[in-house]
Amino acid sequence: MKYLSEYRNLEATKSYLKLIENTITKPWKIMEVCGGQTHGLVKNGIINLLPDKVQMIHGPGCPVCVTPLNLIDKAIELLENDVIVCSFGDMIRVPGSKKSLLETKANGGDLRILYSPLEAVKIAKENPDKEVVFFAVGFETTAPANALSVLHAQKEGVKNYSILVSHVLVPPAMEAILDDKFSNIDAFLGAGHVCAIMGYKEYHPLSEKYKIPIVITGFEPLDLVQGIYMAVHQLEKGIYKVENQYARVVKEEGNKAAIDVIHKVFEIGNREWRGIGEIPNSGYKLTKEFMDFDAELKFGISNIHVPENATCIAGEILKGIKKPHECSEFGKTCTPSNPLGAPMVSSEGACAAYYHFSETTF
Amino acid sequence: MDTKDLGFDTINLGHGSGGLMTRDLLDKIIFKTFNNPFINQKHDGAIVKFDGEIAISTDSFVISPIFFKGGNIGEIAVNGTVNDVAMCGAIPKYLSLAFIVEEGLKIDEFIEIVKSVKSAADKSGVKIITGDTKVVERGKGDKIFINTTGLGQVHPKANISTENIKVGDKIIVSGYIAQHGMAIMSQREGLEFESTIVSDTTNVNFLVNDLLDAFGDKIHLFRDPTRGGLASVLSEIASDINRGITITENDLPLEKQVAAACEILGLDPLYVANEGVFITIVEADIADAVVKLMQNDEKGINSTCVGEVTNEHPAKVVMTSSIGGKRIVSPLIGEQLPRIC
Repeated sequence: MKYLSEYRNLEATKSYLKLIENTITKPWKIMEVCGGQTHGLVKNGIINLLPDKVQMIHGPGCPVCVTPLNLIDKAIELLENDVIVCSFGDMIRVPGSKKSLLETKANGGDLRILYSPLEAVKIAKENPDKEVVFFAVGFETTAPANALSVLHAQKEGVKNYSILVSHVLVPPAMEAILDDKFSNIDAFLGAGHVCAIMGYKEYHPLSEKYKIPIVITGFEPLDLVQGIYMAVHQLEKGIYKVENQYARVVKEEGNKAAIDVIHKVFEIGNREWRGIGEIPNSGYKLTKEFMDFDAELKFGISNIHVPENATCIAGEILKGIKKPHECSEFGKTCTPSNPLGAPMVSSEGACAAYYHFSETTF
Repeated sequence: MDTKDLGFDTINLGHGSGGLMTRDLLDKIIFKTFNNPFINQKHDGAIVKFDGEIAISTDSFVISPIFFKGGNIGEIAVNGTVNDVAMCGAIPKYLSLAFIVEEGLKIDEFIEIVKSVKSAADKSGVKIITGDTKVVERGKGDKIFINTTGLGQVHPKANISTENIKVGDKIIVSGYIAQHGMAIMSQREGLEFESTIVSDTTNVNFLVNDLLDAFGDKIHLFRDPTRGGLASVLSEIASDINRGITITENDLPLEKQVAAACEILGLDPLYVANEGVFITIVEADIADAVVKLMQNDEKGINSTCVGEVTNEHPAKVVMTSSIGGKRIVSPLIGEQLPRIC
């Protein structure tokens, strides 16, 4: 398969591992920002192939994990009140304060699992007597498609469609982590797919301000080891800049058409991150022009607020302060079938990656 | 069978009443199709003769959509149970067949399913000897559910049990994995995508029989990795025998298009359902011969040895990835869910 087998090549991967080994002289902590990268590292057994001096710290880039509890409760509230709720598959098993979307479905809620929000607009057209809400979760990666669904609905005069927005942005989260006194990250592997949309211009000031190497990195084994090598190389040379390992997909200016669609529909606003708290200017909200498509306003559910589970250390996991297996509940009271927090459920969650694939559970 | 002669074009509640309408449906479709000395008795049950040990297996089929690329629910209902009986080291002989039909099912569809049951039964050499038909109100079923129970004669040379598995035994997979699950997924509402992936549903009982003829008790286990996929079955076995299992990613038989579809949807082929694939765990010294025999059979043409039983990491399955790393292969928890990005 073009671009897959090539990037899962044993010899090429080994040669980069060797390069890392030969370059490294000091211990370094490198955070991979995206949950997809975390899974790539753990699922392919890369973490254990790296020299001991490289410590990979798992970042907050799991959209499901950082979606605040109250938004899940809001989606459940809609589902229990005869609204057709459409969601990406990842989201449906994540526990809200009392139950998950999947459990609500079992009790009779009309929940649809979709790959594309445009499908949700189609469902709205097919069910004119019902309200249809798409649970618009995700980082910059899913924002264009979600925005497009709103533009589509507006153009076609679909009035019974709205979105429950929980869009978060990667750079503010990276900054929040760098500002946290408990986290000490030496370099970042930037999230490849997020940068495919947004480009990486906005990372230059971040790298400058915190004097930290940022390497935009892909998800295949070879991408990951090459990205790690590029980060180690900068660290050992004592330099810091933004580099692009994932050049076959990511361009510095990003995808202009996608960015235009985002800016038509969304504007930047404050967002609450599950386990981390509110981060200023860290997410998207619908602009005034598209307020009619805001499910929170449409159904008057803005006031649902619920506390987090006190025993779950998801915040520390998402900021890379603790590793999943360092949690006292890991694999005991918290498992994928009975999760205390989102990182144990999501296919991009660090706890799930460790539970399913990691040698720490051998 | 011409649907015009039936006098009805959909199944309704009357067809499950047990009265004349039920009899009409049975006479015109069921008895006419299956036509054998057992079912022709038109009794509530059937009497059959066996010599020696009997293997029995039952399964309910609730697949959606009921028609999919490469087959339909009728075919799966036969092959699924036939294969489960075969996995016991037995030769499947007889099947019961019970329908739960949702009112409103088009009679054409019902007939097509019944015909597929008949054709699949013929292909695997089993007879449908008894059955049942119930009709539920619209909204209380999903078009049609089928239950089949299979009876088989245990092969005289068979000694199939997890207790026989020992360290060093080889694990052989009979064909491309994840075909069935991805064929279904490609046609599910909301997830449709263009592909030519077809379900691998088929009966494997004759191949199993040939293996037992040739290798007898050196074959320690058969298992079909249907729901939950290869990962779940191997994890279950590792846990049952309290030994480790190692597999190698590069050895897994995976067709390119299926691999690509899994990649796009973010699914792991190890957890995707199979229908016409089985695994067998055999003594190391016969592994090559087993693979050779299987590869000479149409149903096992893509057979490969994917791993072995080990003393290390008891009760866990560990896979060597394509780049030489190691990872745990854990059992499937709930349904595999498509990821966000």
